[in-house]
Amino acid sequence: MGALENIIIIIYLALVGYLGFLGYKQTKSTTDYLIAGRDTHPFIMALSYGATFISTAAIVGFGGVAAWLGQSLLWLTFFNIFVGIFVAFVFLGNPTRKMGYRLNAHTFPEFLGKRFDSKFIQLFGAVIILLFMPLYATAVLIGGTHFISLYFSVDYSSALFVFSIIITAYVIAGGLKGVMLTDALQGTIMFVAMVILLFFTFDSLGGVGAAYEKLENVWAQTVLPLSEMSMKELKPGGPDFMMKLSMLWGFNGWSEMPVFMSNGWLFVITTITLGVGIGVLAQPQLVVRFMTVKSKQELNRAVLIGGIFIISMTGFIFIVGALTNAWFFEFNEGKNALQSAGSVGKVIPHFINEAMPKWFSFIFLFALISAAMSTLSSQFHTMGTAVGRDLIEQIASKELNSTRVTRVGIVVMISFAVALAYAFDQQPAIIARSTAIFFALCAAIFLPSFVGGLFWKRMTTKGAIASMIVGLVVSSFWLLFVHFKEAKELGLCKAIFGTNSLLSGKIIFVDALIIALPLSILTAIIVSLMTKPMSEEHLDRCFKD
Amino acid sequence: MEHFDFGVSMAFWLTILSTLLCIYYGAVNWNKGSEDKVDKKVKEWANLEDKIDEEL
Repeated sequence: MGALENIIIIIYLALVGYLGFLGYKQTKSTTDYLIAGRDTHPFIMALSYGATFISTAAIVGFGGVAAWLGQSLLWLTFFNIFVGIFVAFVFLGNPTRKMGYRLNAHTFPEFLGKRFDSKFIQLFGAVIILLFMPLYATAVLIGGTHFISLYFSVDYSSALFVFSIIITAYVIAGGLKGVMLTDALQGTIMFVAMVILLFFTFDSLGGVGAAYEKLENVWAQTVLPLSEMSMKELKPGGPDFMMKLSMLWGFNGWSEMPVFMSNGWLFVITTITLGVGIGVLAQPQLVVRFMTVKSKQELNRAVLIGGIFIISMTGFIFIVGALTNAWFFEFNEGKNALQSAGSVGKVIPHFINEAMPKWFSFIFLFALISAAMSTLSSQFHTMGTAVGRDLIEQIASKELNSTRVTRVGIVVMISFAVALAYAFDQQPAIIARSTAIFFALCAAIFLPSFVGGLFWKRMTTKGAIASMIVGLVVSSFWLLFVHFKEAKELGLCKAIFGTNSLLSGKIIFVDALIIALPLSILTAIIVSLMTKPMSEEHLDRCFKD
Repeated sequence: MEHFDFGVSMAFWLTILSTLLCIYYGAVNWNKGSEDKVDKKVKEWANLEDKIDEEL
């Protein structure tokens, strides 16, 4: 590693340290520590929201999936921007901010608990976060650590130790202010890296038109010949096996949609597009960001910044991911991306190393580390507040210092996630699938109560509780016993019933969210209408300034 | 994008349009929605007045 690279690392760490310190200096109250004093700049809010949302897996993992399945994934980018930014900020952001302020809520479970006047809901929300978010955080931690250990040639344990110590320091010291300030720095690095990546990719392929012409040819040359082979002739899990599988699923090219209602179509539309695209609306670590600004004006400005940020993340990586096939074909002896890299997860790192200048691979590494750090710091903060504010404070009989209890919670949860990351550096299935699991669960459990709580005064405490329980039960059942990916990889269905899924046919390709969310919404409506409305006084407290 | 089929073209243009929508909405409403700041300042001012009144 050269002197320049060392200097850049030191500058980066110094900046992260400085922003963490700035968060620490500006934190004078519980409100500062938990929701950044309700006084965050729109630029910081938007980038923090985006950088928290986009983890390393979203760039490397989904980029690899785009190299495999093509640009039908752009439907997810559309949902990320339209639902995840526009609908979230314009329609949900301000009501959440105002209600959070009226009810003096500092966390997402506290927000739901106070809206429905139920300690149980706050505790239930905290328990869900504490059960499932550590797995999601561990997946991000393992991903980030692998990149550090590979690039800097240090062993996994040392990389994990240093990486987690750095994040712990600024999350504990700076609270949400520190987290959001560092997120903004990390988001900026991610944005710059992705813009350069898109430019270099098109440039190396001779421009936009030429790049797409080449891509069509690569499918014809490397994938179509597989149609004459049977799956048995191919190595399971190997590059040709995966491409043949994509054809059987209904894919016909990297610039085409899979056949309507085919297995591939159901996977792209229900699991990838709707599962992640709608799931984002009820993510506790993202919802809490609406409560960090002081007026609607900040949210309005954040819409502009957030929209540009998200297209440059998932939009650019899906385009680049698919085009890696054209690049490898041209510069690597006529092979497509999977044939060159070996597996879906290795496509983007392999492409960066082979196709990009050395200085850029260093910048891109920083973008990946930044993506991991920004997601992790928010997860740790959310888990810490769930332990401190939502669990211990609610159970304790006497008044406690929120900031101190939350700091203890953060230390406990970081230690737990790091211990998991030490134990499972090769990512067992439950951790590898934890992002999808967390998104599906959050949407099915929290979304009806969150949206109903904001807009439907007739929604009752019992309606909210019933909807949350139905969401949890149905989505867990679908993930464990039906969905072709989760049920197979989690293995419980096989252990009990001797089969990977209790159902068969196309239905097993449908995401848990598609089944659980409508049932959870229906439960919320029916139970609310059958139970006594909440008191006018309570509703005035929630809805009137 | 003539290289995309209809479904991917739709996703591509909807992505571009939704980004433009975000930019347009953010730009048009850049200075709107700050009424809370005013409310807060008015409240602070009123509290200060009350305090002064009490002291007097």
